[in-house]
Amino acid sequence: MSATFTIDGKPVPYAEGQTIIQAALAAGVYIPHLCYHPDFKPHGSCRVCTVKVDGRETASCTMRAEPGMVVENDTPPLNDQRRALVQMLFVEGNHFCPSCEKSGSCKLQATAYDLGMMSPHYDHFYPDRPVDASHPELLLDFNRCILCSLCVRASRDVDGRSAFALSGRGIRTRLIVNAKSGRLADTDVTAGDRAVHVCPVGAILPKRRGFAVPIGRRVFDLKPLSAYVDATEAIEDR
Amino acid sequence: MNVAIESTVDSIIERYRSDSGNLVQILREVQEACDWIPPEAIDRIERRLRLPRTKIEGVAGFYSFLYTRPRGRYRVLWSDNITDRMLGSMELIDHMCRELWVERGKTSEDGLVSVATTSCTGMCDQGPALLVNNHAITRLTRARVNEICTLIRDRTPLTDWPAGYFRVDDNVRRQDVMLATELDPGASLMAALARGAEGLLAEIRRSNLRGRGGAGFSTGMKWEACRNATGSEHYVVCNADEGEPGTFKDRVLLSSYADRVLAGMTLAAFVVGARKGFIYLRGEYRYLQDHLHAVLAHRRNRNLLGAGILGRTGFDFDIEIHMGAGAYVCGEESALIESLEGKRGTPRNRPPFPVTCGYLGQPTVVNNVETFAAAALIAKHGGAWYAGIGTAKSAGTKILCVSGDCARPGIYEYPFGVTVREVLSDCGATDTQAVQISGPSGTCVPEREFDRRVAFEDLPTAGAFMVFDHRRDMFEVARNFVHFFVRESCGFCTPCRVGTSLLKNMMDKLAAGHGSPYDFNEIEKMNVILKSMSHCGLGQSACNPVLDTIAKFRPTYQRRLEHEEFRPAFDLDRALAAARRMTGRDDEQAHFDALSEEMP
Repeated sequence: MSATFTIDGKPVPYAEGQTIIQAALAAGVYIPHLCYHPDFKPHGSCRVCTVKVDGRETASCTMRAEPGMVVENDTPPLNDQRRALVQMLFVEGNHFCPSCEKSGSCKLQATAYDLGMMSPHYDHFYPDRPVDASHPELLLDFNRCILCSLCVRASRDVDGRSAFALSGRGIRTRLIVNAKSGRLADTDVTAGDRAVHVCPVGAILPKRRGFAVPIGRRVFDLKPLSAYVDATEAIEDR
Repeated sequence: MNVAIESTVDSIIERYRSDSGNLVQILREVQEACDWIPPEAIDRIERRLRLPRTKIEGVAGFYSFLYTRPRGRYRVLWSDNITDRMLGSMELIDHMCRELWVERGKTSEDGLVSVATTSCTGMCDQGPALLVNNHAITRLTRARVNEICTLIRDRTPLTDWPAGYFRVDDNVRRQDVMLATELDPGASLMAALARGAEGLLAEIRRSNLRGRGGAGFSTGMKWEACRNATGSEHYVVCNADEGEPGTFKDRVLLSSYADRVLAGMTLAAFVVGARKGFIYLRGEYRYLQDHLHAVLAHRRNRNLLGAGILGRTGFDFDIEIHMGAGAYVCGEESALIESLEGKRGTPRNRPPFPVTCGYLGQPTVVNNVETFAAAALIAKHGGAWYAGIGTAKSAGTKILCVSGDCARPGIYEYPFGVTVREVLSDCGATDTQAVQISGPSGTCVPEREFDRRVAFEDLPTAGAFMVFDHRRDMFEVARNFVHFFVRESCGFCTPCRVGTSLLKNMMDKLAAGHGSPYDFNEIEKMNVILKSMSHCGLGQSACNPVLDTIAKFRPTYQRRLEHEEFRPAFDLDRALAAARRMTGRDDEQAHFDALSEEMP
């Protein structure tokens, strides 16, 4: 850990091969992120972790740190744009926080709070998406999916199942499961799979576990997402 | 039935050496054989290639020419570029749908036919055009549409349709060194062998040749970087995924100048030490496949491809054709490589760039069709000769694809530096209002800028040159382009996936007469987000046509801003339309305005 670069003027040390976000989180610097997860191959798709490197926007989860890099992170213009991305995710799906079991430990909701999102701003798409309740232990609610592909990566790289994938294209991109019927019950997914626990929103939830932690005492009720820096430990019971 | 599907799939998989890297090719052929990709075919692919079903369905779902639901024995896709619309395509589609009793975008109830639209099919000089089961039909008229409807209703096999329907003309109107110079198929390779790989590279560098896909990266530097990169194999890829609406030069180069394109690829292989090359041919040009196979075979016979090319021991190189399946984004080089590897065509994170980490992670040169053809000329005639053509910063010639409002649409080759005005005069355009250079992601040039020059330093272009006269509404042009970006967004990153749809909704809102200055402001904000946050060039340029036309044709927007203050896109009266249809009413009392006036 000899080389350093700066984030908003603060020197950040990094090890060879580390990405900007890895080095930042290790140094206690919060960069908003949704599809990034320390245990999985970076994807670079949500773009919420976008920073400015030497004046140019780039996703901090895919860009390797280099000596002397000048990174802008917590600036009003970047946060405005990140907020717009989060608003886009809200209107793209059907997100009704008050009725969602994930409320209070949902990264989408917590990121929105952190970025000062007061309204969805854009017109809602209100897509017609089904709920798959076929699995005896799990509920798959496509309405809440933000296409971060964490379950895809976890199932493929950790669980060894490739139970999930993205199909379709453009605004019709959607999560699919590994069954001819298209039903989660016909896959070999189990409630213990990493793919199930890695979901940052309420798209994949265990059944029959409601209000285990009361509202008001959930992870992001206690302190905001940015105060955790890396909230992985707090929200995932691994 | 299932046995038949299984044996069909098996024989396709065997032809592709059971290599899952060929998944896109396998799915495309299954679709050709079965008219769609039935679940039983996916079962078989899953078993034979040992791939998870999610992977197969993920890939099949990405490409717009692959169908996992039945879409009819005849699948008609009308090219929906603005130039097709200007030639009356919309009326013809409606006419066809009425004749065939089918709703646009849906499959007929008897499962015989579907009629839908697709992005520009590269026939803008002879539109309106359509694809039926991936075969191009040009110059459509009402009479021809009637004939096609009869052939479909009579279930006439496509092979028995009149050959004239499928005729595609080159329409070469102006030739310069590229299109006028005779070049023996082996001449450039012989010259290159005499110079040696180093010597050839020096000539390419001396020529100042820059990539013809539009970005204009130095070809010499690209080849040199790939040559110097370490890898177990090196690859050469010809990007023939000519998807930018209004572009059709590669179609002509591959039809009538294929030898020099293949020679150019072989030269690149000679420089970088590649043994294998690919032509990534867009699915819309499926009709060129047999022809290209024949040219490849001819070159193999003449020892211009294969082992020990022209007797040089160790100079082994051959070329495979990979077909695309309807995805504009695959024209982006890293997305193209993903597709070559049998995956969804999502652009990769860059760096690393393909020259060091491309196909199968190995050093790969990806060049445009026209770039390879130019390299073949340079190998024969020398770099200094080529550098002397064009301007100081843009050496050589450029092939322009002229379409839209002009007397002679077609292919025009000019030395770089030609003015827009000269091209307009040559193609017989009068009363011209604007020219869209390089397609939706390019530049809109209004009349006062017609002295600007086609060159990397002024108006860079991949080739498209769409002409609009004063009858045209430039707002509708921009709206068509925005719809194009929505259709072609890969959906990987949030800003492009959602942002292009939001932009489309804003443009549609203006078109519906609900615009206000607020919406203008929103469009400008969306542009900033798309430009700075998108993963690749598609999202970054999706706002270009709108901003360009706002800057240059503001009145066409202005007259749509009926309201001074914000109006929601949601319109109560419009929302009642379904209820009016259901009740068969259209009287005053069934309209919201009337109701609201009565309210106290």
